[in-house]
Amino acid sequence: MFTLALTKIDLLNLAYLAAAVLFIFGLKMLGKVPTAARGNRVSAAGMLLATVATFFYLTGATAVSLLWIVPALGLGAAIGLVMAQRVEMTAMPQMVALLNGFGGIASLLVATGDYANRRGAFVAIDQLGVDSGGSPGFTLGAIALAALIGGATFTGSLVAFGKLQGVAWVPDQPVQLPGQRWIVFGLLAAALLLTAVFVAWPGAWGVLLLVTLLALGLGVLLVIGIGGADMPVVIALLNSYSGVAAAMAGFVLNNYALIITGSLVGSSGLILTNIMCKAMNRSLMNVLFGGMGAAPAAGGSGAGGSGGATVSGTAREASGADAAIVLEAARQVVVVPGYGMAVAQAQHAVKELVGELARRGIHVVYAIHPVAGRMPGHMNVLLAEAGVDYDTLLDLEPSNVQLRQSDVALVIGANDVTNPAARHDTTSPLYGMPILDVDEARTVFVIKRSLNPGFAGIQNELYFHERTRMLFGDAKKVVMELVNELEQI
Amino acid sequence: MMDLWSCLFSPPLTLGFSTGLPDPFVIGVVVFVLAVFIGFELIAKVPSTLHTPLMSGSNAISGITVVGALLTSFAGSPSFGVVLGFLGIVFATINVVGGYVVTDRMLRMFKEKKDNARR
Repeated sequence: MFTLALTKIDLLNLAYLAAAVLFIFGLKMLGKVPTAARGNRVSAAGMLLATVATFFYLTGATAVSLLWIVPALGLGAAIGLVMAQRVEMTAMPQMVALLNGFGGIASLLVATGDYANRRGAFVAIDQLGVDSGGSPGFTLGAIALAALIGGATFTGSLVAFGKLQGVAWVPDQPVQLPGQRWIVFGLLAAALLLTAVFVAWPGAWGVLLLVTLLALGLGVLLVIGIGGADMPVVIALLNSYSGVAAAMAGFVLNNYALIITGSLVGSSGLILTNIMCKAMNRSLMNVLFGGMGAAPAAGGSGAGGSGGATVSGTAREASGADAAIVLEAARQVVVVPGYGMAVAQAQHAVKELVGELARRGIHVVYAIHPVAGRMPGHMNVLLAEAGVDYDTLLDLEPSNVQLRQSDVALVIGANDVTNPAARHDTTSPLYGMPILDVDEARTVFVIKRSLNPGFAGIQNELYFHERTRMLFGDAKKVVMELVNELEQI
Repeated sequence: MMDLWSCLFSPPLTLGFSTGLPDPFVIGVVVFVLAVFIGFELIAKVPSTLHTPLMSGSNAISGITVVGALLTSFAGSPSFGVVLGFLGIVFATINVVGGYVVTDRMLRMFKEKKDNARR
């Protein structure tokens, strides 16, 4: 890397430029349904180009180095392939979170590895970065920042994975420490201070270690205080972080492939996070630090529904037969899918039910709330798997228009996105979030396993409304029961 | 003016004068900022139905770190830095391969659905 001829570097960077162009085209194509599948392949071609070009640039390396590199690539590819092919569609969100975390720790390892290399080569520490024409201060700063962002992304992603996967030792509900906001800010300030120290005393590897440890802790703290409906935002944000971490690693190595690509991912992830926050009508700060327990007006803490007005009343239960009769007589039905449908893998049953209804001339649409499920577009992916026509999947505004004219709203495993408290209860953590106006329909059927509060820990007052009927049970079983009942009518 | 002329057409006597090439870090910052703007423009108008594949796809792209890991793991002899680089390659490659395959799986469903809808 230090001694190879200049022309090789030129060619390498031109290859990186070509790869970046492919990534840009790929991302653009990923944004439109007809070109999305091809877009992914275009971007994969870019990745292949960048990797192969780097590999050939290194050829001329001793056999020892190649002995390490090829097995490493093979091992990573094999693990990635197996993981990706075996994961269930419903586990997609946590898979993306996990993969994202791996990207984060890779940046951390690259930065600290490069630092270790330079020390090992006994390059005078204050000459760091000078060989590539840069100045040591920036390179050192980049090393520390890459370690900080990469480390935080890693642990944060692991916690997100744990929460979604339901791993035993990761609390499902948000964990709120007193003054959590200040703890996080404090740790962040400390890490940045240590970065400055590191730039001033580059030989002090202990400082870098400390920054890394702080980063790992920050990642955990940041994500553990968030629960429920906010998970999509967290995943989008972590996605962005891992891009920034890659860009930082690029500054360490003066590598333009990393800088360009990392920045692309960083900014696109941030846009997506912003879209999610807007959909929930909350600021990012509120999502990260407000938690589900600290409501805007009240100062409630913890989960378990201590925020918001007390919700009580009687929930009216109905049987599958009753529901089928009402459905059969309807002219328009809106299906509201949620995480419950994902967990029960009920999307195929739902398609069957909708087919039955459509056969009787009933107009059926799906109301897809932007944060339904555990990931943006989660419901869309599931319903796509079931072969549902995507013209029937409506966004928030069109859904609410349809709901006002509908005879039946069929809520399948969706909870917080249908809670009317978001409209009027200023003490509720959901206050202000745009919801699906399910209660505008003439009759509401809610398919749920029990009356237990959902992921957010808040009871849904919708369940106690006059026109709401509960259908208790596993989503798939209940929907299939509805299909059977309908067939008999 | 005369000085400028002679500066342009005489060999540079002092380092970094007439060539005017900035610190690579500054070049990096320029590239960074431009790339950020491109990213904003690319993602601004995406239908919500594609949000999950998009997140997965861009996550795969963030595995570009593998390039950095390759460079870091290259050294004459195994050392601590090389070991870190090795681990970096493994993790980054999992990110890349896993990410692309997962995204492809999701997108294949959209294609099939489109074909079904047309029938």
